[in-house]
Amino acid sequence: MARSTPVKKAWRSLVWLAVIIVGLVGLNAAGVLFSGAGWTPKLALDLEGGTQIILAPKLESGQTVSTEQLDQAVAIIRQRIDASGVSESEINTQGTQNIVVSIPGIPDDETIARIESSAKLEFRPVIYTDVAATSNVDPTPEATDPAATPTPTPSLATTPTASPTDASDPNWVSPALFAEYQDFDCSTLDVAQTNVAPTDQPLITCEPDGAGNYTSKFLLGPVEVAGETISDASSGLIANSQGVSTGQWGVYITFNDEGTAQFAKVTTRLFGFAESDPRNRFAIVLDGKVISAPTTQGIITDGKPQISGSFTQQSAKTLADQLKFGALPIGFEVQSRDTISATLGSSQLLSGLLAGAIGLILVVLYSLIQYRTLGFVTIASLVVAATLTYLVVTLLSWREGYRLSLAGVAGLIVAIGITADSFIVYFERIRDELRDGRGLDSAVEAGWKRAIRTILASDAVNFLAAGILVALAVGNVRGFALTLGITTIIDLVVVALFTHPILQLLARTRFFGEGHPLSGLDSRALGAVYRGRAQFRAPVGIPSSKQVTSSREAAKRQTIAERKAAEAEAAGRKPVGTKGKDS
Amino acid sequence: MASFSQFGNDLYTGKRSFDFVKHRRIWFTIAVVMVVAAIVVPFLRGGFVFGIEFRGGSEFQVSQPATLDDGSIDQSVAVNAVKSVVSGATPKVSIVNGGDSVRVQTDLLQSDEVDQIRDALATGYEVDTNEVTSSFIGATWGADITRQALTALAVFIVLAAIVMALYFRTWKMSVAALIALFHDLVITAGVYGILGFEVTPAAVIGFLTILGYSLYDTVVVFDKIRENTSEGTSRTFGESVNLAVNQTLVRSINTSVVALLPIGSILFIGAFVLGAGTLRDISLALFIGVLVGTYSTIFIAAPLYATLRQNEVIVRNDDKKKTSVAARTTSGAVR
Repeated sequence: MARSTPVKKAWRSLVWLAVIIVGLVGLNAAGVLFSGAGWTPKLALDLEGGTQIILAPKLESGQTVSTEQLDQAVAIIRQRIDASGVSESEINTQGTQNIVVSIPGIPDDETIARIESSAKLEFRPVIYTDVAATSNVDPTPEATDPAATPTPTPSLATTPTASPTDASDPNWVSPALFAEYQDFDCSTLDVAQTNVAPTDQPLITCEPDGAGNYTSKFLLGPVEVAGETISDASSGLIANSQGVSTGQWGVYITFNDEGTAQFAKVTTRLFGFAESDPRNRFAIVLDGKVISAPTTQGIITDGKPQISGSFTQQSAKTLADQLKFGALPIGFEVQSRDTISATLGSSQLLSGLLAGAIGLILVVLYSLIQYRTLGFVTIASLVVAATLTYLVVTLLSWREGYRLSLAGVAGLIVAIGITADSFIVYFERIRDELRDGRGLDSAVEAGWKRAIRTILASDAVNFLAAGILVALAVGNVRGFALTLGITTIIDLVVVALFTHPILQLLARTRFFGEGHPLSGLDSRALGAVYRGRAQFRAPVGIPSSKQVTSSREAAKRQTIAERKAAEAEAAGRKPVGTKGKDS
Repeated sequence: MASFSQFGNDLYTGKRSFDFVKHRRIWFTIAVVMVVAAIVVPFLRGGFVFGIEFRGGSEFQVSQPATLDDGSIDQSVAVNAVKSVVSGATPKVSIVNGGDSVRVQTDLLQSDEVDQIRDALATGYEVDTNEVTSSFIGATWGADITRQALTALAVFIVLAAIVMALYFRTWKMSVAALIALFHDLVITAGVYGILGFEVTPAAVIGFLTILGYSLYDTVVVFDKIRENTSEGTSRTFGESVNLAVNQTLVRSINTSVVALLPIGSILFIGAFVLGAGTLRDISLALFIGVLVGTYSTIFIAAPLYATLRQNEVIVRNDDKKKTSVAARTTSGAVR
């Protein structure tokens, strides 16, 4: 039997839905098998507990932390954590100095590093460089300008012989500083954690390689471009000058106007040095360590340099996030790290789920009363929506660190109730079309055309809300917005790929097609009067104007048989069309 | 249920019709009164009560607490200890490191209350009062979250207005929808203030859901209005709008019932079985919001839109023509 087009379309949609579900299950299964994902969504702090990290500021003696600095640090740390996923973490101050970060689950070292490191970025010009002392083979400075090398005098003066003219000027280096530089042991950096110098003073520091060993040490000039002038940062694979990817991860920086101007000035000066001169290089210093000291191969005036170094994909992303949200006003160190239990007992979650179950049973009963057998389509659609939601939430909790809090669970249950609206809008449109005297087949198609417009328009509003909140909001609001976005998309998928095709198929069955009183689509009960196969007398009580518009619409779609019947009918009745006040 | 579908038929055909648009002065008056009440009453009561997440609070740490027979620690001991001092408090209790200590967070307390709670906790967990330390904790929902959320909200409202204006081809629908949204949000927030419930993040999230729902509901009904008013009919503009609202009334009722059933059961269990907490906070905001959101679409947004359009020259002339035609040909109005 050759199938008609709507039936073919219906089956195609259902196959697509099956593909989506199987795909989601497959992805999840792959996650479970290879990446330690689970079949259930992860739970948030309130339901599962997690780790409480207390951060104390690293203060030099006499230094204090102001409330503003603490609040600023909390805001920056929150953005950094949010950038790593939607984890519903809680960050607050404790007492007058400490910051408490509560994260669900057990954080890895990467997460701790992301939180506590200050991420103070500085661009300093290189004055001298040498292989690191820890692996020191050749103590003589490589290729320094001999004329500029100050000769260490026995007295070791602490002031330079002449005042420096720019940041690359070797006159910054006093004999005492140079001696300190020559004796500098890079391993002391690990003990001190960071190495700081005032921004207008030279700095001695080292560059670690990927394994954490120091490969070279530097004597750097004062800061020329500060991290505060970075307006945006992102990570990605670094391309070489031919635009071919080098396979190396790096960080792309965008400076603001001030930074762009400063950076152009520096590169102009450094480009003037020969490439063999160390002063051709500038060092990118993060929290007192050099992450990279590239040579200047051109004057950069667009303010968009890229930093390469020994990055992995993850460390590049971490640094980009840190730079984007700014440096912490003060450095912090972990004071304590404790596991904490859930604040809400499992009884709360169970009660919530129970309440949800009761609510959904009530929804089922109401649908059956309102829509009879058609109510089963609602129920089946809700089951499909719930399945999809569960799979997507589980996937997100694996990939994006999404965590379900009690509020999230309640939100999902409620959203499923609201999802039912699309079905109701659709069913009511079909009923409207039946009232206008259409057969079920065409009522389903015509009702769908009108309903999907409405559903798309109204879902667009919800999706807009979700999208903007995910992009702009932080903290719990983001988690909520993600939930709203997911349920909106799933709503569309279910109504288009399940509810509509099922109705297309059901419209072909005798039970629905002939409008059985229990089908919920009984045209007689809906005011259209059934006269025989595919023929309806104009129902009583329909305003004449409505008849005009609907018959105009119907006339376009009439079959020959219908047209003949209509003519016969018109011959026996007064033509409709006189207008009366009708509302 | 034949009666309900009969009801639906009558509404669809216009045989039965509720005059939402005609009596708009009444609805607008009610709306203004409710909005004013929702602003004034909480203000008279002393403003909103914000939870620990917004204001910060006190934290207690009980070291080496007494365990139950099975080695676990009873969290309810701490809850009861706090409640014995501040009735109606909803402390957050967690066990640290599987039993080293108990962490209790409460709203900001007076110093004498802090001392009393320390004593109560010490008694409850059978430790010396010195083993119970207290400190201040800052807000987890800091000013930065609020600021970002408000920015996002402003951006959303502007974009939603633009999207609706483009879709419906008239900015007047955006205006009507946003006024109804404002009405919904003010009243939902007002109920929190009037009942004196604490505003928690869960309540705010419920509130944001309403933001989406209210506009969503309005768009569904406005789409029918768009359809009806773009067709050439013999109805005046106001009558077309009214018919659209009536035709979507069954949808509005069904949708709100279906949305309210799960919310209602969560609210019931949350409020009466569990008492104050996340479930009550989120479902109360949603319950009121869905009710008011559905109501405002029918009684405020649609009539307001009709009012906004009625004074347009084209609509007015068109209406005049139709009313006079109707007066001439009507021997008995079909109503």
